[in-house]
Amino acid sequence: MSETKEKCIELRGIVKKYFIGTPNELAALDGVDIDIYDGEFVAIVGASGSGKSTLMNIIGALDRPTEGHYSLDGVDVSAAKDDELSAIRNRKIGFVFQTYNLISKTNALKNVEMPMLYAGIPAKQRVERAKLLLEEVGMGERMKHLPEELSGGQKQRVAIARAMSNDPSIILADEPTGALDSKTGRMVMDIFHKLNKEQHKTVILITHSPELAEETDRIISIKDGKITGERKGSGKAVEA
Amino acid sequence: MMLFLENIRLAFSSLKANKMRSLLTMLGIIIGISSVIAIVTVGNSLASSLSDSMTSIGANNITVYLTLKEEKDETTEEGYIFKSTNNAGVGSKVMDEELLTDEMIREFKAAYPDEVYAISANQTVVSSGTSTVGKNSAAVNVIGISAGYFVEKNIKTSAGRIFNADEMIEGKMLALVSEKYANKLYDSPEDVIGETLVVDGEGKDYTFTVVGVYKTDGSAGSLTALMGMGNQATDVYIPLKAAQSITHTETYASFSVVINSGVDVNKFVDEAKSFFSAYYRNNRTIMVDAYSLASLADEMNSLMNKLTMGISVIAGIALLVGGIGVMNIMLVSITERTREIGTRKALGAPNSSIRTQFIVEAVVICLIGGLIGVLGGIGLGALIVKIMKGVATPSVSSIIGSLLFSMGIGVFFGYYPANKAAKMDPIEALRYE
Repeated sequence: MSETKEKCIELRGIVKKYFIGTPNELAALDGVDIDIYDGEFVAIVGASGSGKSTLMNIIGALDRPTEGHYSLDGVDVSAAKDDELSAIRNRKIGFVFQTYNLISKTNALKNVEMPMLYAGIPAKQRVERAKLLLEEVGMGERMKHLPEELSGGQKQRVAIARAMSNDPSIILADEPTGALDSKTGRMVMDIFHKLNKEQHKTVILITHSPELAEETDRIISIKDGKITGERKGSGKAVEA
Repeated sequence: MMLFLENIRLAFSSLKANKMRSLLTMLGIIIGISSVIAIVTVGNSLASSLSDSMTSIGANNITVYLTLKEEKDETTEEGYIFKSTNNAGVGSKVMDEELLTDEMIREFKAAYPDEVYAISANQTVVSSGTSTVGKNSAAVNVIGISAGYFVEKNIKTSAGRIFNADEMIEGKMLALVSEKYANKLYDSPEDVIGETLVVDGEGKDYTFTVVGVYKTDGSAGSLTALMGMGNQATDVYIPLKAAQSITHTETYASFSVVINSGVDVNKFVDEAKSFFSAYYRNNRTIMVDAYSLASLADEMNSLMNKLTMGISVIAGIALLVGGIGVMNIMLVSITERTREIGTRKALGAPNSSIRTQFIVEAVVICLIGGLIGVLGGIGLGALIVKIMKGVATPSVSSIIGSLLFSMGIGVFFGYYPANKAAKMDPIEALRYE
């Protein structure tokens, strides 16, 4: 299936070291090669300290590798400057965090508008699109609510709408259900499946949960900064 | 631009979230700006009442007066103003024969026929006398005045008339009283015309016939009152000759010269001074000095400028402290909002937009502080001016200047924290607890 599709992410020999040149030098990633194709639903699984967060930061263009080559949609990300990385994050990647990271004191609508604001989209278009996205995730009734007035599941749905605002090709979700109960977690996972199936978004799920990983097309395991395995998943949502 | 408006909106919402903290932060700015605006308002009001006085009294007057030689050196600028405005400058140390005489004045007029328009001399006959009509009485000073006095003080009658030339020359026992006097002791100014005025001065009675009532609408302006120049309301004017016949003296410690328009006032002050100094060349204790209202105004202005400068320094320190306060609170705010900054960066905010966001926030704090300061300053200034019985005239340029300066403080003290925020590592910032 994936052979017929375009490669969107190519990681080659990625090394990320911390405390370089000190006795505490640490290689969080030690020669990682990964290919991810358009429209794939991929899980990256590993225990804490395995290097999966570092890998997420690099895939998300939040950080540059110490060594190796990262190409995203044919663009060399490993050599990009700060503001180029900002633009890549803004247009190509939709982040969904475990702790939602909504801007407090700012309502749901404004939160969803924010990436479009940095993309320079005019106010009228921003509002229209943000409303549409919030309706898609079932938050149309609570657009004017502040994050503190929303439940965890509602916050995460706003965060997903925000991730979608600049119509990125990749959704990068870091433990998106980690802070949710199983029922709302299920709902969030269903949204990812829907985005993957209906809008053909590439979804990268970073998780420590084997059950969640099992729902994806492909499961990449990481341990001690190295890829330890790769296998196919069911690709199907678990029936609640 | 879009982002800029959004940043202003963000700044307001963050201020609203921390109302008390924002207000305390603004305090330094508020105090600094309001003190500047207050002092400028007061200064402007003084300056405008000064120029009102100049036009009503006339800038074309110079006053020649006697002063003690050794005293000259230690006379301060303020003392100079107050001392020279009354005739008691030389006090009792002057012998009668040393005073300025009618003879000198006549020679002066002859020497400068083109410059001198009129001479205004006066002689106090009775100070703190009383005049009683029926049950009511009023405190009065009886002052003999020359014809030039009417010109110099711009005296207008509201009833009756002023003295004519013959009456002045003959020194008839006639009197002009003030409106205040007339209204206090009679029903209306008209009623007092032709009445006999008896003044009880230190046991002696002086009798005059009232020919006119002069206006006391404060034409001399608030400055005159402020500087303690005369008390017109209780002054009773009589012809100078009449005064001389009572006091048996024809000498003065000071007099004023009304000069023709077109004459350089400051230059003529020096000429008049050197003319009269010739009479006192050999006098060891006394010398002649002269001033004009114009030079007085200059001194007043320079005094005001010094005061303004002094207060500006204090205001500057308040603004500096205020600015540091803003910087401090911005640093706190940025630390508190580390995760927000991380999130914004993750979602694609370039460093420059984070920097702008926090600079705008600092500028908004300072600008609001500046606005409150301007309003407070206008209020405070108006209050001070009201106490001084002037008219408050806030200066538009100083208001605009203050607001621009507040913004400048915001940019200057906001830059460092904003830059710190802009340079945060997004990963660290997102992880911040």
